[in-house]
Amino acid sequence: MADQIGYSQKVMEHFMNPHNVGVIENPDGYGKVGNPVCGDLMEIFIRVKDDVIEDIRFRTFGCGSAIATSSMVTDLAKGKTLDEAMKITRDDVATELEGLPPRKMHCSNLAADALHAAIQDYREKQKKE
Amino acid sequence: MEERIYLDHAAAMPVHPGVLRFGRQFPGEFAGNPSTLYQEGLAAQEAVSRAREQVASLVGASDTASIVFCSGATEANNIAVRGTALRNAKRGKNVVASAIEHISVLNPAKDLQKSGFSLTLAPVDHYGTIDLDALRKAVTPETVVASVHYANNEIGTVEPVREVAEIVHDRGGILHVDATDAAGRIPIDVERDGIDLLTLSGNQLGGPQGVGALYIRPGVRVQPVLVGGGQERGLRPGTENVFSIACMGEAARLAGEEMPGESRRLRAIRDRLISGITEMEEAYLTGHPTERLPHHASFRFSRIEGESIQLAMDMLGIAVATGSACTSRTLEASHVLLAIGLAHDEAHGSMVATLGRTNSPDEVPRIVRAVEETVKRLRAITPL
Ligand code: FES
Repeated sequence: MADQIGYSQKVMEHFMNPHNVGVIENPDGYGKVGNPVCGDLMEIFIRVKDDVIEDIRFRTFGCGSAIATSSMVTDLAKGKTLDEAMKITRDDVATELEGLPPRKMHCSNLAADALHAAIQDYREKQKKE
Repeated sequence: MEERIYLDHAAAMPVHPGVLRFGRQFPGEFAGNPSTLYQEGLAAQEAVSRAREQVASLVGASDTASIVFCSGATEANNIAVRGTALRNAKRGKNVVASAIEHISVLNPAKDLQKSGFSLTLAPVDHYGTIDLDALRKAVTPETVVASVHYANNEIGTVEPVREVAEIVHDRGGILHVDATDAAGRIPIDVERDGIDLLTLSGNQLGGPQGVGALYIRPGVRVQPVLVGGGQERGLRPGTENVFSIACMGEAARLAGEEMPGESRRLRAIRDRLISGITEMEEAYLTGHPTERLPHHASFRFSRIEGESIQLAMDMLGIAVATGSACTSRTLEASHVLLAIGLAHDEAHGSMVATLGRTNSPDEVPRIVRAVEETVKRLRAITPL
């Protein structure tokens, strides 16, 4: 729908009851990205075991869709191997949320980017050790 | 299911029940075209001129011919800014607007730059009150038209229009005042206030959407923006929207009649809302604490974002507005909130409540509780 500005039921569910909110103390990986478009902020913490994302948490300062997409991306990433999680795209996030208004697609970018940044951070730390 | 609470009257007002009643009374009467001479046409003409009188009287205009009906505030602002500047370009090629004008004033003003005009934006202080000293410098003998609104829709601040008029007239300029949010809420008098052009929205008076009016002081010359059949003194050609115009007239009459009582009633609710909400941690009033519209309460909350406030409040049954970048079409921070000196992240957490006739003082505790709950929930998620 070209006129769609409202959110799907699924987005509202995740917005009202986001999954995996919070922080992980001494995380194995940490990603923080800002949204250059409207100025929002998202951070993701991961705990990794045997190359698998065992635990994941997020915190977000942003719109309804930013909160819902971060919640969704943590759901999608949890239990995945790092390689699998690196392949999660903004479209996957949006599709799982039953669509996002076109204006809000950049928020799902933010979520995927934050996840990838956390994985990157973990990998870099591994290299150093 | 708890009843919904509607707190976004600045965006759209429910039509006043008196206007609805009025509208139902007139079956065929508005079918005529006011440009014709047979009975039906004359009846339509009569309805339009009654509305003209009613609107004129709400704003203290002595000459009813000074009221031009159009499709709403955006059109009135366009005719006022563009039409006045172009018609009087011989005088000079500068336009002044306050930095926090509505986009339907700022955009035609910016567009005039393509026709060789310069645009000077006059700054406001952190309450949103226009800086009169800066205005004195901004308005020059080159200034054709200056546009300063009566009150701001995002922060509720009422401007010192009379002082503004003096400054603009001292330099020979024409003053346009967008009174979309102020008319019907506080007394406006184009004579006392020294206003040359005044924008009014039908819906903001309690009438239907899609109708508005522009007051033009006799003697002020304005060029049409649309051209056509010459209706409304040639300034708004096209067959009059008779039904809506008549309803806007009735809305103006009712607004004038009910203003004293209704604004006192709403002011009391507003003040309770403001004190309840600003008691919360890191919650601040935006706009002027006293020189503000009686129905208008606006806030900002640190470390959270306005669209999520709006959504969360909606889930709790309450409709509020926000000036957050995330809700704007362009995803840019509100020019109003930036102009009053807020940083981008501060402008993010804005929430605006504008009251109307359906609101009652009994709603205040529920609203305050909902805001508390919302802010707490969102702050628990924020990384800031
Ligand atoms: S975070 Fe600003 S639009 Fe989504």
